[in-house]
This record gives sequence, C-alpha cells and structure tokens, in this order.
Amino acid sequence: MSYQQPDLRGHFGQFGGRYVAETLMPALLELEEGYRQCLADPSFQSEFESYLKNYVGRPSPLYFARRLTEHWGGAKIYLKREDLNHTGAHKVNNTVGQILLARRMGKSKVIAETGAGQHGVATATVAALFGLECDVFMGAEDIRRQSLNVFRMKLLGARVHEVTSGTSTLKDAMNEALRYWVTHVRDTFYVIGTVAGPHPYPQMVRDFQAVIGREAKVQILEAEGRLPDAAVACIGGGSNAMGLFYPFVDDSAVRLIGVEAAGLGMASGRHAASITAGRVGVLHGNKTYLLQDDNGQIQHAHSISAGLDYPGVGPEHAYLKDLGRAEYVSATDDEALAAFRMLTEMEGIIPALESAHAIAHLAKLAPELSREAVILVCLSGRGDKDIHTVAEAMGFEL
Amino acid sequence: MSNISATLNALKARGKKALVTFITAGDPDLATSEQIVHALIESGADLIELGFPFSDPMADGPTIQLASERALEAGTTLRGVLEMVARVRQHSNVPIVLMGYYNPVFCYGLEAFARDAASAGVDGLLLVDLPPEEAEELHPALRGAGIDLITLLAPTSDAARSARLASAGEGFLYYVSMTGVTGSKQVDAGAISAAVHDLKERSPVPVAVGFGVATPDDATAVARIADAVVVGSALVKLIAEFSGSPGLLDEVRGFVRQLKAAI
Repeated sequence: MSYQQPDLRGHFGQFGGRYVAETLMPALLELEEGYRQCLADPSFQSEFESYLKNYVGRPSPLYFARRLTEHWGGAKIYLKREDLNHTGAHKVNNTVGQILLARRMGKSKVIAETGAGQHGVATATVAALFGLECDVFMGAEDIRRQSLNVFRMKLLGARVHEVTSGTSTLKDAMNEALRYWVTHVRDTFYVIGTVAGPHPYPQMVRDFQAVIGREAKVQILEAEGRLPDAAVACIGGGSNAMGLFYPFVDDSAVRLIGVEAAGLGMASGRHAASITAGRVGVLHGNKTYLLQDDNGQIQHAHSISAGLDYPGVGPEHAYLKDLGRAEYVSATDDEALAAFRMLTEMEGIIPALESAHAIAHLAKLAPELSREAVILVCLSGRGDKDIHTVAEAMGFEL
Repeated sequence: MSNISATLNALKARGKKALVTFITAGDPDLATSEQIVHALIESGADLIELGFPFSDPMADGPTIQLASERALEAGTTLRGVLEMVARVRQHSNVPIVLMGYYNPVFCYGLEAFARDAASAGVDGLLLVDLPPEEAEELHPALRGAGIDLITLLAPTSDAARSARLASAGEGFLYYVSMTGVTGSKQVDAGAISAAVHDLKERSPVPVAVGFGVATPDDATAVARIADAVVVGSALVKLIAEFSGSPGLLDEVRGFVRQLKAAI
C-alpha cells in the first residue's frame, strides 16, 4: 500500500497525536507496543478472523438495492450490510479486535464510552463472551433516547455509568471514561469506539474496521467486475467510514464521500458537522477538526442520531479532507428521517438513523452519476434502537 | 534564570518549602479571582497557579470541573485571565503559572499567546494534555518569550521516562501524586516518597508534589519529601463554599496561613 499513515508518532499530517495527561502516556505506549506485536503475529489475525466469521457472522452481504436505484434513476446502489452483524452494527468488528488485544495484554477489565449505545453494547457483548468486567460511560441525554441499548448492556453484565457533566452526551461520556481510565490505568483497557482518541486508537480502530472495505472490494468486483465510482458512509467519529474507505484509499478513481450530521441545518448552528464547520483543535487526545467557539471552548453538537452527535471527528478524516482524497458533505435530521423511511418502505430494511445520513446523500449523488456507475454505501447499523425516536419525530406515541 | 527558579531556589537555600496554590481563574468571576490572588499572596503562597477554564477538563474531578463551568458561565476567556495577571503584576512579583488544557492556547495562536502571556507577566505554563512528545510546536515560542514550560510526571511513568522528562525540566517539575483526577483521593506521601526522592536526584529544578493535598497535615507530609506542595481542589472547594459571602477572603487567608505554617 503506497498510503502509509499514521507516522511513527501517530500523526496524520498535522492531525492525530497523543494529547493526554502524563498519567496515561505509559499506558498508551504499552498499548502501542501490544498492538504492534499483534500486527506481527499471524495467530492474532487468524483468531480475529475466526471470531468475525463464527461469532459476528461475517462476511456481511453486499446487497444491490434495486428499488432504490430505480427510484433515483442513476448509479447502481449497493449496500454493505453491517446492520446484519451480530449486535446490529459495525461496532462489533472493533470491540472483538480490541478485546482480543486486551486479553493478550493481560487486562481483565474494559471500559467504553458510548453515544447511541451500539459501541457500549458491542463492548459489553464481547466482554461477556470473554468473561471480562465491563464499565460503560453514557451521557444522561443519550441514556434517555436509547433506553433499549442501555437495558441490553445491563443484561450483558456491564455497569452503565450515567454521565451528567457538561452536555451529558457523547463527548462528556468520553471525558468521564478518560477520567476513569486515569484512575484505573494499570488494570483497565479502554475500548474506544471510533477512529478518534490518542494514538494508537485511530489507527487500531481503522485497521479492525477495514474488514468492511476489504470484503466490499472483493464483493463489488465479483458483482460488477470493477471498482465502485464512489464509497459513501456516515460520519460521527468516522469508524465505519474509515473501515470502508481505507482499502480504497490508493484507488484514486474511487471517490470517498463522508456524510456528517447537519442536524437542524448548517445555518442553524445546531449540527454535528465538524469537518464542514469546525476548526483545528485538540480534544480527547488528538488534534482534529472540532466544533468550537472563538475561545477554543468546545461546542454542543446536535443530531437526531445519538451516534453522530459528536463535536469532533477522527483525525484521519481531517487528514483525508486536507489531502483532497475524501469529500465531506452533510445531511440534516429531516433528510435522514426521509431516507430512513425510504429505505424501509422501498427495500424493507430499517436503517440506524446514523446510517440513514449516508442513504440521504444518495438523493444528490445517484442522479449525478450514469446508470453504469456504481455507488457503495456502508449501512453501518440497523434501526431497531431508533424506533422510539422516529415515532416521536412522526408524532406517534408507541 | 526565571522568576520561578529564582523564587524556589531562594526558598530552598533557606531550608524552606514552597507553598503553591491553585485556583480556577474566573470562579465566580475574574474580579473576585483577582482579590483572591492578593489574599493568597498576603497569606504566604509562594507561587500562584491560575487555572484557565475549558469546556472539557478530562483530567479534573468534579470540584474543578464545576469551577471551570462557573468560570465559563461568567464569560471567562484566556485573554481575560492574561489581563488579570497584568493587573496583579502591578502589585506583586510572585511567580505565576497558568494551568489548563491545550485547546484554548492553540486556538489563541501559539506565538500570540507566548507574546501576550510574557507581556502580562506570566512566568510559566502547565498544559495537562500536552506531553513532551507533542510540545515541540509550542516550546520554541515559550522559550523565546522566557516562559517556563512545566513538565508533569506521574506514578505511572517508568524510571527511563521519568529520567528523560526530568532532565528537561524548566521552572519546577510537577509530580502528580496519584493515578487519578484532581480532588479525588487523599495523598499518600509514604507511597510516593521513593519516587519523589529519585526525581529530586535527577532533576535540575525543584520538585513540587500535588493532587490530593487537602489539609495542613497532608501538606506537612508532602513537604517532608518535596520542595514544593501544591494545594488545588481543597482551595477551590473552599472558594465555592464561601463564594458570594463577605467572609470569603478571610476564609481563604485563614486556610492558606494554616497550610503555610504546616510546611
């Protein structure tokens, strides 16, 4: 692969790095070394693949969405079905990888932050599988809107810590997870759910999620005999997107398109589009694009989908944006809801509201391309967890 | 030699320990903070740490988290804190270190910040989430402005890392006494005394110990092993308790005098 990122210090150009309290530095250095050993160990790779196959249910199908394609009258739309994974989203690819690593490093306890709850559930699931103690940090606001996932985590044996500091959402859950980690750093492994955080997390999470793009590449070549014209994914922290994009990064003819959450509209200021509207800054251990005010105070993000409600973005996305290799657009809450309903009614697939943002962008992209063109969309998760939110938005009481 | 080094070395030469007090600037507002700083100096603080608030203080416990929130609600900015330092400087030469997170400084502009901080009279900067590995983009500007970049060490830093970090120390080394956030547990001086002793041997600058120092007895225990004792959350808590009441400054003076006497 000619694209070699990050560098040895964990930087993607000016982005990334390790901006953490000294107390955590040794743990990160230990983690980096542990991960490096796993990369060089074929038995780790085969153990990981075995769990992905027999436990997660991979490979996930690549599905040709005929009715959606016909509706837009443009490019052929293929959906990479991460919603069909065990636990219902792409998050589990990463938690299997990190927890296998945690075990090899001799850690018996794991912690995680979670927004929508999918990463929390995926961590609690794999912790249960291996008999590890699990503590999940979740914002009070998110607990309220994702109660199904909260209950699932508890059933799986995890302790769910309600975070009421700051804005009580994902960024505050991450702050609290970091505080907990600082206090329990010697025996606890922090399973970060996205391609953000201090080095080596952005690299590690990308590498574990890259199974998405690698499979999709093989599958699309089989189905269409050629590479796609575009690969599209929603962006919160950006892990499903990096997983889809990374294996295509050297294929310059494949457009990489990330869709952020425009919430109530970019003009309203109530959105979560860090790349589109953010500025470079440092948060949660990395340098990246952040939604911040003129004094460097981090701003509240807003999105109808809890998983995209984060005022930052993975540093590799910031880098791909600056490099001009990837394009970043956005979709509003309303556009995502409309896409949610369209996919449900036309293909019988209920997507996660996060994933619906990627589907929403097809309205603009598909008609722009010819009927021979191919678009690969990552359907990052299923929407059972969002039924109450959608019902509320539609004015229904369940 | 920096103002910090001169002050701490002079105390050491007289066989005395330094008392370092931390407050969140802007809690409840900058005007009150300015009065508190004078009260701290009058009652014996040898070095003032001024925390500038950040929306996401990931290394702080609830006491300082809430103080930060109050300071932000009162409209505190880094610029405002520098202006306050400049006013304090009209009356005092006590060393002042700004303490906080990197993003507000990065947002200010590194060169601009170094220049404005120096001109306000700031002697040192302590950035909790900027390890030496990432400090190179900021360090030259600070050096050029004559501002010490204070290095943090923790119980998790192994001997090799500690030695490397210590040898590059400026002003003083700040040894975080525990694996934890601010204001979380009581300091255990016994558990850290060997590590602090080693650090003092390798360090070209004095060693301060902080986190978990809440009472005069805690201060005494830490003063036995360190060159300087840092008290933060306990003071911030006291300020929060008496904020708005006419007795606030007297309470601050009383507490600081007790701490000073204890070391």
